[in-house]
Amino acid sequence: MLSRRIFLKQGAFACVSLGFAPSFLARTAYAAGAAPRAKRLIAIFQRGAVDGLSVVVPFGEREYYRARPGIAVQAPSGDDGAIDLDGFFGFNPRLAPLAPLWKARQLAIVHACGSPESTRSHFDAQDYMETATPGVKRTSDGWLNRYLQTRRDEHATPFRAVALTHQMPRALQGPASAVAVSDLAHFGIRAGRGGADAGASFEAAYAAARDRVLNGTAHEAFDAIRMLQATDVARYEPAGSADYPRSPFGQALRQIAQLAKADVGLEIAFAEIGGWDTHINQGSIRGQLANRLDEFARAIAALVSDLGDMMEDTVVLTMSEFGRAVSENGGGGSDHGHGNVMLAIGGGVRGGRVYGACGDDRFPRCLRRDRRAAPRRRESGVDLPGLRHQPDEISRAVRVGAGAGGWGLAVTCRAILSGSPLETPCRAALSGSPLETPCRATLSGSPLETASPSP
Amino acid sequence: MKRFLVAALAVFAIAAAGAGSAPAPDDRAVAHLLNRIAFGPRPGDVERVRAIGLDRYVDEQLHPDRVKDDGVRARLADLTLPRLSAREIVETIELPQIEARRERKQQANGGDTGDSKPPNPLQQRANAIVVELSEQKIVRAVYSERQLQEVLADFWFNHFNVDARKGRDRFLIGEYERDVIRPRVLGSFRDLLGATAQSPAMLFYLDNWMSADPAGPQVPVRVGRTFQGRRIGRGDTERAALQRNRAKKGLNENYARELMELHTLGVDGGYTQKDVTEVARAFTGWTLETPRQGGGFTFDRRLHDPGPKIVLGHVIKGGGGQSDGEAVLDILASRPSTARFIATKLVRRFVSDAPPPALVDRAAARFRETGGDLREVMRTILMSPEFRSPDVYAAKVKSPFEFAVSALRAAGSEVVAGGGTAAPAFDAKGLVRRVRDMGMALYQCQPPTGYGDTADAWMNSGALVNRINFALEVARGDQPLADALGAPEFQRR
Repeated sequence: MLSRRIFLKQGAFACVSLGFAPSFLARTAYAAGAAPRAKRLIAIFQRGAVDGLSVVVPFGEREYYRARPGIAVQAPSGDDGAIDLDGFFGFNPRLAPLAPLWKARQLAIVHACGSPESTRSHFDAQDYMETATPGVKRTSDGWLNRYLQTRRDEHATPFRAVALTHQMPRALQGPASAVAVSDLAHFGIRAGRGGADAGASFEAAYAAARDRVLNGTAHEAFDAIRMLQATDVARYEPAGSADYPRSPFGQALRQIAQLAKADVGLEIAFAEIGGWDTHINQGSIRGQLANRLDEFARAIAALVSDLGDMMEDTVVLTMSEFGRAVSENGGGGSDHGHGNVMLAIGGGVRGGRVYGACGDDRFPRCLRRDRRAAPRRRESGVDLPGLRHQPDEISRAVRVGAGAGGWGLAVTCRAILSGSPLETPCRAALSGSPLETPCRATLSGSPLETASPSP
Repeated sequence: MKRFLVAALAVFAIAAAGAGSAPAPDDRAVAHLLNRIAFGPRPGDVERVRAIGLDRYVDEQLHPDRVKDDGVRARLADLTLPRLSAREIVETIELPQIEARRERKQQANGGDTGDSKPPNPLQQRANAIVVELSEQKIVRAVYSERQLQEVLADFWFNHFNVDARKGRDRFLIGEYERDVIRPRVLGSFRDLLGATAQSPAMLFYLDNWMSADPAGPQVPVRVGRTFQGRRIGRGDTERAALQRNRAKKGLNENYARELMELHTLGVDGGYTQKDVTEVARAFTGWTLETPRQGGGFTFDRRLHDPGPKIVLGHVIKGGGGQSDGEAVLDILASRPSTARFIATKLVRRFVSDAPPPALVDRAAARFRETGGDLREVMRTILMSPEFRSPDVYAAKVKSPFEFAVSALRAAGSEVVAGGGTAAPAFDAKGLVRRVRDMGMALYQCQPPTGYGDTADAWMNSGALVNRINFALEVARGDQPLADALGAPEFQRR
């Protein structure tokens, strides 16, 4: 791991030789001396709607087994059952790599949560999740970008917000600067026949340009390249036992850890993992879904172990656009539902608990009501969302999801839930974590703030 | 060297600054014109336009039907999917895909939860639709002689944006661009507006196809036989929409709102939430006939709200059926705010991020005088002193698509669609990915606003690095050319 100080030395040397004074030098120098320890948020989007009931299993509830004769995960017993968390909920055994985090109280679960908007289109739901304005399609910026705008940081580096994706995700789109890069090792000017000088000559051309937009962007870009070069990006060795899956998602998390440890000013990171839309042959502890969960859990566990002490100042938050119906369908899979599960992991998280209105004795009732609605469900050939049609406590539970979800957190801590029984658990889950403030900042003044119904 | 000069001309500022090779002032004017009404000059273009004169070139481009364009047709010959009708796409790709999925689902009942999904050729073919369409877009922009038409097709598709990723829309956008947008970009605005309103792509994208009178007989929205109980597409949007429709039994205001805010009046165009609801009521019943078989627009009286509506103060008498929606489009297309909104957007695209107010006034006035004749509005803009002024030369930052295409044109690169090519030619499929990496996934702009058209929309550090690398790639080792294409000046038009 290369510390900021070592980097400063090397970077300064590099700059002298190039004749440019990168602005990040001043910024990092400032940050090293005066700023409090940096907080980081790592947001993970499970695209395609993960089946939360197969992730965190309500094994204590008979309705769950009635609704899912083919795909339910069995109650804890031996190797094939769920991993008991609190006597009622259990992890899918493929989430075993995350179980130690639960035991260490670094992992919190928010269950049965989702957007207040009822759409079951992946497309619209992801859009709402990432813009944090459910029901409003034309919001131009994402919630993470709004956070960056709201919390302007003049000392920010080009790597303040990074998506390890080909395309800038909706959550990070907007006027504030962010980088989308799928492979750090290839972030740089490819040497043409001019060799390594190609970069330098372009840098000179852009530095000389009177064009403010291009000039500023290029400045950042070349700063970023130099910062990466100084970290010897191609030769990264994860710490200790961290063993990342070789999949794109595993490699994305590996690179996030790499950026975090390189001390390049990373504050917001984003990664995504697909393959959750399990309408057919979902499986339970083996099969399609289980394989995705295995990759998901191993990658996150590797990230946490790789970051080590830095997890004290990091929160990993997972989200998906909506959950899946409680009852399985005719093809051994599950159809689109509503409420879902989110995981929050980190030093600031009050873990070892399942949060949400359905997180304790109310959960069984959600499922039972779903069963009563069953005849109608069959008639329409589809499953009910399970948690959506319940007026009182359930709708509030759903809004917890809004709270803990992408647009989250502030909804939870502010308007929608204020005064409701849910306010406290949610606040507790995140209090002191980097999420509390970002989200508060993100949503203030947004339509959500005013649109919140009174509890 | 020749190619370098073209690139340099496209960014005349460099050449002007360099010693000795400053182009004649009228070449700067020609390069400016080609940077705006075309995707930048190719080798020889500047000379050709100089020879016939700027005004005549503009006039030619305003009448694309008079410009021969056989070359581009030949280059598109290997792309079959963009030529298919929505019905053909449904029959050859979507229905077999649904059928295959249904069979898999039946087989799945045996409890086989095998995890390996065999590669699915139908799925691959479905995914290829958007890729081929994107290849087509690049090839047209690079090679079409009807450059202004291509620039405007890009503009108007973006104005009436539809995202290919929303459910079935990927099956519909080819037809949408080809039959709805491109033939009308220099026609009547009302006609273009009406065609988008009735297009399956838009009816899906903004959900109007399932908008129904809440007090009506509550017939389910027609989806056709093959639909029942089956999964559709990856997005499952249609069924989801149907469920939602059943649950809410009602009006969907999405289209009505975007129609006024984004397609016609503009956000400050003087309408209220009440107007949105009234417009949505007028459009109830504008839906799709058997969408499962690629059916087109139909008016379904059973979904329609027959009561009277008041839109922006105009009374639409009850009982008009389909004509209610047409009446709304008439009202919107003739509002002064619409003329101004469209004029502003066109001037922003063609002239400057800060549209000169006097030119916007004149373009809007021309819009009103001619009943929304887009050719005349364009003529007003392109003949104006504001457009021709050196003050606005290079005033616009290129979008990733514009940058990539203009670089390929300046370098005189060979672009081949449909695969089967090798360097030094460029495979259009690879170019589609490059443009994506610069931040612009073609046909995949999520919000109905479309992509932004100002400098700040496109510049971020990762994208810029990709732009410079693209310049190096296009130059194929020609260092002066790489320098010219990667230069800050070439990021502008």
